[in-house]
Amino acid sequence: MSGWQTLTGSAVALPHSNIDTDQLIPARFMSQPRGAGYGSFLLHDLRGAQEGHLLDQYRPKVLVAGRNFGSGSSREAAVYALVDYGIKAVFAPSFGDIFAGNAVNNGLLAAQIDDGVLAMLIATMADTAGGAYVDLTTGCARIAGHDIGFDLDPVRRQKLINGWDDIDLTAQYSEEIKTFRAARFAAHPWALPTT
Amino acid sequence: MSAALTLMDKLWDAHEVLCREDGTSLLWVDRHLVHEGSHHAFAKLAARNMNVAEPELTFGVVDHYAPTRAGDVAPDIRRMIKTLGDNARDAGIRLFDLHDPEQGIVHVIGPEQGLTLPGLLINCGDSHTSTHGAFGALAFGVGATEVAHILAVQTVWQKRPKKMRITFDGVLGAGVTAKDMALHWIAALGADGAQGFAVEYAGDAVRALSMEGRMTLCNLSIEGGARMGMVAPDDVTFAYLRGRSFGPPDADWNDAIADWRKLHSDVDAVFDREVRIDASTIAPTVTWGTSPEDALPISGHVPHADDAENIQATLEYMGLDAGMALSSIAVDQVFIGSCTNGRIEDLRMAAKVLEGRRAVVPGLVSPGSAKVKKQAEDEGLALVFMQAGLEWAGAGCSMCVGMNGDLVEPGKRCASSTNRNFKGRQGRGARTHLMSPAMVAAAAVTGHLTDVRPLLEGRL
Ligand code: SF4
Repeated sequence: MSGWQTLTGSAVALPHSNIDTDQLIPARFMSQPRGAGYGSFLLHDLRGAQEGHLLDQYRPKVLVAGRNFGSGSSREAAVYALVDYGIKAVFAPSFGDIFAGNAVNNGLLAAQIDDGVLAMLIATMADTAGGAYVDLTTGCARIAGHDIGFDLDPVRRQKLINGWDDIDLTAQYSEEIKTFRAARFAAHPWALPTT
Repeated sequence: MSAALTLMDKLWDAHEVLCREDGTSLLWVDRHLVHEGSHHAFAKLAARNMNVAEPELTFGVVDHYAPTRAGDVAPDIRRMIKTLGDNARDAGIRLFDLHDPEQGIVHVIGPEQGLTLPGLLINCGDSHTSTHGAFGALAFGVGATEVAHILAVQTVWQKRPKKMRITFDGVLGAGVTAKDMALHWIAALGADGAQGFAVEYAGDAVRALSMEGRMTLCNLSIEGGARMGMVAPDDVTFAYLRGRSFGPPDADWNDAIADWRKLHSDVDAVFDREVRIDASTIAPTVTWGTSPEDALPISGHVPHADDAENIQATLEYMGLDAGMALSSIAVDQVFIGSCTNGRIEDLRMAAKVLEGRRAVVPGLVSPGSAKVKKQAEDEGLALVFMQAGLEWAGAGCSMCVGMNGDLVEPGKRCASSTNRNFKGRQGRGARTHLMSPAMVAAAAVTGHLTDVRPLLEGRL
């Protein structure tokens, strides 16, 4: 996965809280291999119920949404759907913990903003799109004419910028892991499954 | 003197291979559970030409797509099950396949098989992995990239979460269950109330719960935003685990218990947040909306538009009017099952309500595992369900998520013992009300949401 530092595009706001991963991608699409592309599944039932949904009008790179975005099921497919649709950043007051981890593993920024900023962005954009510029290195963004700062864990910031792959990163610790394993099962033989 | 530690910290420290300068820990994974949905992770591994590092610590389960009723199986579903079978065989992983007498929902069979033990770190590509914390394990759900990582190197990178303790003092009322405790705290704190926290459940009302009840409580941690929930193990835990297939052999049992008895928060341990709830004040609880936080005592009313944001859209989706009594909400069908409430004790409780009564709406009962199914049949519970007019199905995730085709039709209203009332969770346009299995049974016999307590009089 390649990293990124800045993005320029448009943003739209979904003024709902608790947009869970079941909504982001309904379960019935999850048997597809990734190669098929997950973009068309994004918020499928919500978009389908509404002719000319905001998302389809503007194909934004940035989403602004209410609190607890990406809560619920651990399905990484929710992130695939966002990323394959072309979204690179989501701004919300809070995110499901597992979703936030999945996001960074796929180059998607999950940026935390406070409720006041959310309310301001929703009021400004309403049913239209705004311009968006995001800079990971400074932690600043300009959305619909508003300069906003966002909170992002420094580790996650680095990972997004560098596009690190954890498996490669962990490989350098293979000796430590081996030693740990041996010590753990020597001290606690009961921890090995009986077979 | 060493610092007082929480249970979470003890478990964390015992699994930390190393901690990077930036504060991220590399944790050793004792058990890794995979299911049909893990196909993305196996594909990632194959793309890198890597093998599963620890097949003996990895276990596969067919559950999400498991057909639970007789009849044709859609090609998509068959393919998902076959893919897991192929991946498990190629990697040398023990698979609990569809027709295995030990098959079931991953969070039901883990404990049932003794794969879940106190003191272990358990991961699964499923958010309800929090369930296993009921045994005093460090158990949390991960995404597909993390599943691939664990398959490849048997470790996971995590930041140590903050710690929250939810203490339930006092005694639960008759007919009130762990499900009600969970919905109660989630309503109080919000569906993101415990985000960033590991939750430890404590207090007399938690100690008094069976392992089944503790699993229900820990299972729903994720619905309150917590990636993990846990209960310190005690004699109830040990009694449950004795003699389980994959658990410690007799020779190791005493050593295991000695280790497990250390797994509790020290008296002076400090939590980042403490919540206290008087269990005796908890009533049978139901959800009215599309988030688990939309939960109220059954005596309550659907809130008014100014009580919460987005409520109008929620009420529209749910087909409800503001202000209506929850007990006036008529249901079209019921479902009993899932990793939240598909265990033997759940079925016993529902059967207590249903015995000698008829359901006035159709319903499906899917036990959490093939073993639970057999036990329920042996105990005569299955007969109670069937005589009440409910369908007795096979084991799997079933109507909790509908991946196997057990769906709620658009616009239909289902009283459900599951964990998510999200839009479209049980099927496109489906309307879900979450509640305990006993409350589901009560809805079945009355046709509407109702307080189960009068129906249980003389039966507990
Ligand atoms: S029963 Fe439902 S919540 Fe539990 S693992 Fe299956 S789909 Fe997930």
